Amino acid sequence: MANVTLRNVRKTYTGGFEAIKGVNVDVGDGQFCVLVGPSGCGKSTLLRMVAGLETVTGGEIDIGGKVVNQIEPADRDIAMVFQNYALYPHMSVFNNMAYGLRNRGMKEAEIKTRVEEAARVLELTAMLERKPRQLSGGQRQRVAMGRAIVRQPKVFLFDEPLSNLDAKLRISMRVEIRKLQRRLNVTSIYVTHDQLEAMTLADILVVMNGGQVEQVGNPLAIYEKPATTFVASFIGAPPMNLMSTRQDEIKSQLGGSASEAGILGIRPEDFVITDQTPSGGVALSLTVEAIERVGAETFVYGSRAPDEQRIAATPGELPPGEVIVRIPGTEAPAIGAKIRVAAVRAKLHLFSEDGRKRIEA
Amino acid sequence: MVEDEGIRRYVAHIILWIGIAIVAFPVYIAIVASTQDNALIANGQMSLLPGGHFFEVYYQTIFVGTSGSTREPVANMMLNSLVMALLIAVGKIAISIISAYAIVYFRFPFRMTIFWIIFITLMLPVEVRIYPTYKIVSDLHMLDSYAGLALPLIASATATLLFRQFFMTVPDELLEASRIDGAGPLRFFWDTLLPLSRTNMAALFVILFILGWNQYLWPLLITTRDDMQTIQVGIRKMITTTDALTEWPIVMATAVLAMLPPVFVVVAMQKLFVRGLVETEK
Repeated sequence: MANVTLRNVRKTYTGGFEAIKGVNVDVGDGQFCVLVGPSGCGKSTLLRMVAGLETVTGGEIDIGGKVVNQIEPADRDIAMVFQNYALYPHMSVFNNMAYGLRNRGMKEAEIKTRVEEAARVLELTAMLERKPRQLSGGQRQRVAMGRAIVRQPKVFLFDEPLSNLDAKLRISMRVEIRKLQRRLNVTSIYVTHDQLEAMTLADILVVMNGGQVEQVGNPLAIYEKPATTFVASFIGAPPMNLMSTRQDEIKSQLGGSASEAGILGIRPEDFVITDQTPSGGVALSLTVEAIERVGAETFVYGSRAPDEQRIAATPGELPPGEVIVRIPGTEAPAIGAKIRVAAVRAKLHLFSEDGRKRIEA
Repeated sequence: MVEDEGIRRYVAHIILWIGIAIVAFPVYIAIVASTQDNALIANGQMSLLPGGHFFEVYYQTIFVGTSGSTREPVANMMLNSLVMALLIAVGKIAISIISAYAIVYFRFPFRMTIFWIIFITLMLPVEVRIYPTYKIVSDLHMLDSYAGLALPLIASATATLLFRQFFMTVPDELLEASRIDGAGPLRFFWDTLLPLSRTNMAALFVILFILGWNQYLWPLLITTRDDMQTIQVGIRKMITTTDALTEWPIVMATAVLAMLPPVFVVVAMQKLFVRGLVETEK
């Protein structure tokens, strides 16, 4: 059992490209930390640095009170689950799990006990003699997990372990990973680009962008108070509506100090279709352009007057001038209809002009 | 349309049969000739049907040799050829898989230079470098030895390239998983890379064994003693006799015997070969 602490960790490749630009994260003992961000944000690189598969060019990685920068992956007491599982194709399921233990010179009887216990937990007992190619994607995933479990490491590292599975399996495996982690109580670091996985799994969520940490914290706290417009549009699906506050329609409604902020954000689910304007809140006139019914809820895509002020779009953000409204049920206005939507004051998010800073109004 | 297809199929089959006949006929003749009386063949009266001397001809060929002055039983020649071919095939595979491993998985200075040097040796087959190679082997006192027969032919750029290409298709994650599982470079090579390369090795073995078996020029140069002769050289020596009649049945029997090991290797390895093609998953 151990905590993992990253102190000002940096990674610069020999070509001069800076993949990780000083990351500070503290993962407590037994916590589940999720690194999330768009592809190329450095989250996998960071994980591989913790694993010891990439060198660290600056800062310190501390596992269980010991700086491991110079320590070989095998000696860091970590176990890793890879995106493509990386099972040894020529070895049986049993040997895949036993390999790491044998290399450590563990007694064969002890290996057998551990592997069988892991197989029981992961429901692989009937498949121990099979080769990986005879297994389904989900089963391979379990074997990869088993290989990590039998080691009884201080830290589990997961590199997008579910992205090769189909949608249904992904959800059930997600729940299983969480349950397993709770039961084993092993500190875990998990990399994903799927914000839903990130929200549901994490004790601590680390949102990364461009080699830097945008925000660290409890997933719900991040959802409720995103620190930057990047976090605001990355966490939550559909993304938060971001608009410039310079426009008269919004500026006049915000009033006071709030109108000094540069960007206003409102989550799709915080809008209500109403003709009234809540006091201190914001109301917008929209023309309905598209409707998406997904059963329990409906997404209304509307357009406002073009938002010339808002050009600096962050990744994942909607095109300026477009607004998504989430309404419960399947009742929705007709396409082409003019509607008015409003959000109360408490649900407004304000950001500085460059989107790098949250402003509490 | 249907008739047309039928005719086309007949034509195709006829062409294929002609092809088979062209390939198989000389082999058939060799087999037939090896069972006939030498006088008949020398007179040009050889029958196209097998004769009755099968056992005596093969007995003499395998255990006694020709009646010439430099007689050597073919069994011994086959043993020499077999040892040489096996040494070459196994040696080439061993050397090239190790060098490919170094080139693909290790970062050392001049890695690419070394790779290109290996690549360039493709253009230098034995025939081109035969004099310097002979000089070296003779200076090392390896004439008339198995080492002299096999060693100079062991380095192989082709096999190295083949393994290199194969290693590059092995996912990096396997190496990383091995590192986390506590396997060092040697263990990774031995426990993961070698088993994965099994089918490649089998395919190469077939090709290289036949290549080694069919060596002619090099064994001809390097062996002077009759008991170190290889079968390919032996056949040639049997044909050119100075003042005696060439013993064609024995020559033909030797040729037939010379065909057997390569055929055996191909047939035996074919299963592994095909299985390798089917199970390509990594």
